[in-house]
Amino acid sequence: MIALEERMAAALAALILDPVAPQARHIAVGAASPIPAAACWLVKKLGHPVRLSLLHKHTGNPFTAGTRELFDLTGQGRIDLFFLGGGQIDGQANINLIGTGDWPGTGARFPGSFGSAFMYLMTPRTILFREEHSRRVFVPRVDIVSAPGVSAPGVFRRGTAQALLTGRCVFRFDAARARFTLASVHPGETAESVRAATGFDYDEPAEVPVTQDPTATELALLRGPVCDEMLETYPAFCRRVWGREAKEQAA
Amino acid sequence: MALIPLEDLAAFVPDGALLALPPDNSLTPVAFARALIRAGRRDLRLLGVPVSGFATDLLIGAGCVVSVQSSGVSLGEAGFAPRFGAALKAGRISMTDATCPAIHTMLQAAEKGVPFMPLRGILGSDILAHREDWRVVDNPFAEGGDPIVLLPALSPDIAAFHAVMADRDGNVYVGRRHELATMAHAARRTLVTVERVTDVNLLEDERLAAGTIAATYIEAVAVAERGCWPFALLDEYPADAAHVAEYARMARGDEGFQAYLERYVLVAPARAAAE
Repeated sequence: MIALEERMAAALAALILDPVAPQARHIAVGAASPIPAAACWLVKKLGHPVRLSLLHKHTGNPFTAGTRELFDLTGQGRIDLFFLGGGQIDGQANINLIGTGDWPGTGARFPGSFGSAFMYLMTPRTILFREEHSRRVFVPRVDIVSAPGVSAPGVFRRGTAQALLTGRCVFRFDAARARFTLASVHPGETAESVRAATGFDYDEPAEVPVTQDPTATELALLRGPVCDEMLETYPAFCRRVWGREAKEQAA
Repeated sequence: MALIPLEDLAAFVPDGALLALPPDNSLTPVAFARALIRAGRRDLRLLGVPVSGFATDLLIGAGCVVSVQSSGVSLGEAGFAPRFGAALKAGRISMTDATCPAIHTMLQAAEKGVPFMPLRGILGSDILAHREDWRVVDNPFAEGGDPIVLLPALSPDIAAFHAVMADRDGNVYVGRRHELATMAHAARRTLVTVERVTDVNLLEDERLAAGTIAATYIEAVAVAERGCWPFALLDEYPADAAHVAEYARMARGDEGFQAYLERYVLVAPARAAAE
């Protein structure tokens, strides 16, 4: 039995290792991102040389100049890949972390943009990630743009979304056309079920492949050494997905 | 240095002050926020550096706040900040959205004493469209056609955080959390609570000096044991996730929040502060 979280982590790892994309030597992962964190650890445990900066890991946090250092590094182009999500994401890869309705979120107010308005433009590669795949999340047009999917010519921008991973499928993003293409559907989903759950328009190939299962090696790594690395920061996730309890918290 | 009781520290904050606070994972001054609530502060303008959490939600719920500027307000793993959401919806507070590096940059401009600093990114975000105080100019060092955002210097009236320790001279130790130094440099007054006072001079020890903010920037210090609780203080003590979850549950409604205040905030001031 392969958990959806394991499938998503393995699919993200495959996107990170995409041979067509520029190599990710330094990846940063934000706070509420256990599945992207698992994917990054999987890449590392598979033996690929990658530097991971996990923002909310207590031990091993590499930043000695405070939280500002992440943004300074990214400003210089020293972070190759970052993950972003959204309360809403639309077909042009605009993300909304502020809220629904009118400014500043008169419908449902989300927490806020965090660093996204900066990171999305300054990182060469962004992988969008949102487990909930529904018309509530994937909308024709976000109500509020926290960070734009594409920018006008002349605006300094290092990269855009590479892909969008959801609980149902993988989309690839073509920045030149500002449009997603369905790349694969997870087992149990079809092109039709994904279309029905998606509020924005996108392209799809005649034959839609199924997202590859994690290999036996990947599953063993996820359930062993990857979980070991994640216990401290994501105890609830490790308990839920792998049935592992964190050791007594350090005093 | 002025080493004073916690309740007296709250008296340094006038109603209406622009108060800069670090987030939950970065030496959040929760005991101080409780003291502000007990002191009945009103119309505070809170600045999240660069985001906001529990202390902000608590102050909003207690009616101490008129506005928030932040890049995000949440309780992290415990979910949305309930009193922030309710107050915003009811129109009791106004919200100015920012993005994390912009808040750092505005404070860095203030610490350097320059009127503004540029920052990449942000162009195309609706945040920019709603910030009349942020400007876009053409990069004067390029050949043209390179728009860049300028951010004004921002000097909070007060910066507050909870440090591990203060020495007898009023230097305070924050470890690697250097963004707190920027906050203190930029603010007109910095108020600090600490776990304890040490007889070691923090600036005389090379290993401690690197994580120390000099007394030059510190207005007053109060002892507040477990002053970050229910959040972690560096390697001193871990977070109390069960308590944050209890707060998130209780603070969903007005009555539950009042019950929380009575049980955990409006009680006698911390024993330690009076010592």
